[in-house]
Amino acid sequence: MTSVRTPVIGGLQQAALPRRAVAGLAAAVVAVTALLFSVTDLQGTAGFVVVATLLHLAAQTVLSRVVEGPRRAADRLVTTAVVAAFLLALAPLVSVLLYTLQNGLERFDWDFFYRSLRSIGARDAGGGANHAIVGTLQQVGLATLMSVPLGLLVAVYVVEYGRGRLAATIRFFVDVMTGIPSIVAGLFVLSFWILGLGFGYSGFAAALALTVLMLPVIVRSAEEMLKLVPNDLREASLALGVPRWKTVVRIVLPTALPGIVTGVMLAVARVMGETAPVLLTAFGAASIVRTPFDGPQSSLPLFIYQEAASPQQTAIDRAWTAALTLILVIMVLNLLARLITRRSKIGR
Amino acid sequence: MSSLSTTPPPSVSPDGRAGTLPRTGGRSSERRGDRVFRGLSLGAGLSLLGIIVAIAVFLVVQAVPALRDNTASFLTDTVWDPNAASPAFGIVALAFGTVLSSLLALAMALPVALGVALFISHYAPRRLAGPLGYVVDLLAAVPSVVYGLWGIFFLNDKVIDTSAFLAEHVGWFPLFGADGIYGRSVFLASIVLAIMILPIIASLSREVFLQVPTSQQEAALALGATRWEMIRTAVLPFGKPGVIGATMLGLGRALGETIAVAIVLSPAFVVSLDILTPNSGNTIAANIALGFAEASSTGRGALIASGLVLFAITLVVNVLARAIIHRRREFTA
Repeated sequence: MTSVRTPVIGGLQQAALPRRAVAGLAAAVVAVTALLFSVTDLQGTAGFVVVATLLHLAAQTVLSRVVEGPRRAADRLVTTAVVAAFLLALAPLVSVLLYTLQNGLERFDWDFFYRSLRSIGARDAGGGANHAIVGTLQQVGLATLMSVPLGLLVAVYVVEYGRGRLAATIRFFVDVMTGIPSIVAGLFVLSFWILGLGFGYSGFAAALALTVLMLPVIVRSAEEMLKLVPNDLREASLALGVPRWKTVVRIVLPTALPGIVTGVMLAVARVMGETAPVLLTAFGAASIVRTPFDGPQSSLPLFIYQEAASPQQTAIDRAWTAALTLILVIMVLNLLARLITRRSKIGR
Repeated sequence: MSSLSTTPPPSVSPDGRAGTLPRTGGRSSERRGDRVFRGLSLGAGLSLLGIIVAIAVFLVVQAVPALRDNTASFLTDTVWDPNAASPAFGIVALAFGTVLSSLLALAMALPVALGVALFISHYAPRRLAGPLGYVVDLLAAVPSVVYGLWGIFFLNDKVIDTSAFLAEHVGWFPLFGADGIYGRSVFLASIVLAIMILPIIASLSREVFLQVPTSQQEAALALGATRWEMIRTAVLPFGKPGVIGATMLGLGRALGETIAVAIVLSPAFVVSLDILTPNSGNTIAANIALGFAEASSTGRGALIASGLVLFAITLVVNVLARAIIHRRREFTA
């Protein structure tokens, strides 16, 4: 593409940088950066990319300013910077996933999923996270059982019944509640359930803390979904003489169901990775605790935290495998949630 | 139970509003169902408000005994020794570290997040925009404990190199004072926090940028604006309140983040600007996670008191953020 582009700004015929010139500039910049890195004490791949990008931005701006004028130069600068920002944001995601995969496969074996840490020290090989997986399933399951009905009712109130100041207040505080730090939810259950009422650490206490965190997420997503249900459906049902509550239960909720399920799955995926509230409420345990009411229990993120604190490589390997397991489950939940939304009639 | 007695007879409907239909006996039992359902959903809504109030109340109740035993001033001292025989603890060092690390994270995350949001809303090919946005959202799906693990075992080495470089070449800058030991620092914690809040700011800003009226953007382009000039004159002014709100939500998230910071940071109860060196700071949330296991009863109360401060700070930040977002929503609606 050597042809001069149709001018957009300035005179009717204005010079524009051909794409080839930009590519050539990029190559030159990489060469200069390489030279710079071999001469000075600069080193490292990340540093190389950063220096090269900055040099390219500067050189391109100067060149474009001379050839195309300042406005075009600013446009090019921003375009390159925006693309660079996007790539920069992807770097940690790719790095985390690859690094976790690489380290997690070490212990991704039968023992890891079928054994607990009972009588396994940090130094010992073997051992597994069965107790933590059981704990996570019980705690998250209980939290889902508690937060879904409550959350749906709140959403129904806000969308179907709520009018005026009270509904606006509730809606506002649902948003505010989304921002409550997870550690504060843990401290709340600690103060209220464990220290206040004296029940002691348990998986159930963790489920209570997770409920506080799940509730606003479920309300928000259910609210959005209920709003998307066409009013025609409600009016048709009411016109047939169906009472309001039956209209909500039989018509509105089923129509919004796929979206609500998606919201619940995303909420589950979010709280499944929570460590801090579980640390304060379930405390952690090394062996399998069969019910969430039998005292301290572990969970997958808590297992990662506690194993990673050990200086022993065997324990750290276990932490990585647990991290890999957790990421896989959460990614699958996210993907499923997205697939359900795509197949539903309303919603995106 | 006879429901007729509880409902006024249909003839007594003096206001004669449209829609007040005469009701038969069967209808009134259905209305009772309605009342129950309405009551249930209202109760759920109120219980949600109740939870927020209860959080504040129970944290205060559990913090008060420890605060009473405190031999230092909670609001003005930097010392943190609540497990001693004569407990002494103050929030200053913790609050300072919390705010410093969060602001640093914000400074790093905001430009990148805005770039990401603009890329997805205005630069990426239309068909790719959705999937790419989803990929960025996946950053938010990674649990914080995994970020902590990655931060301490992978990122720390890179940050040590960068820190050494910064201290050597730009050591005159107030934040980059150092004594030759780097890593596990506030700098590392801030980078991890920045990565964690980036997807929040990016996805909320993206939504606002996508709402900019097409007519305004096309008008700018028709006047001969380049893409950047169009964004500067049409997109950014329209999106500003939304971006501010998103930024504050990101800040709130960074202030309360616990486990990732607890894993990567080597903590100390000092007020220091030397972000490159270990033992130069701590955060409220991380301190709760780190100190909880060994806390005495007073120590636990002290941690709860610090949690109360965190709750108050994040509440203010969140209320402000939501107020900004809500006001603009009413404005555009």
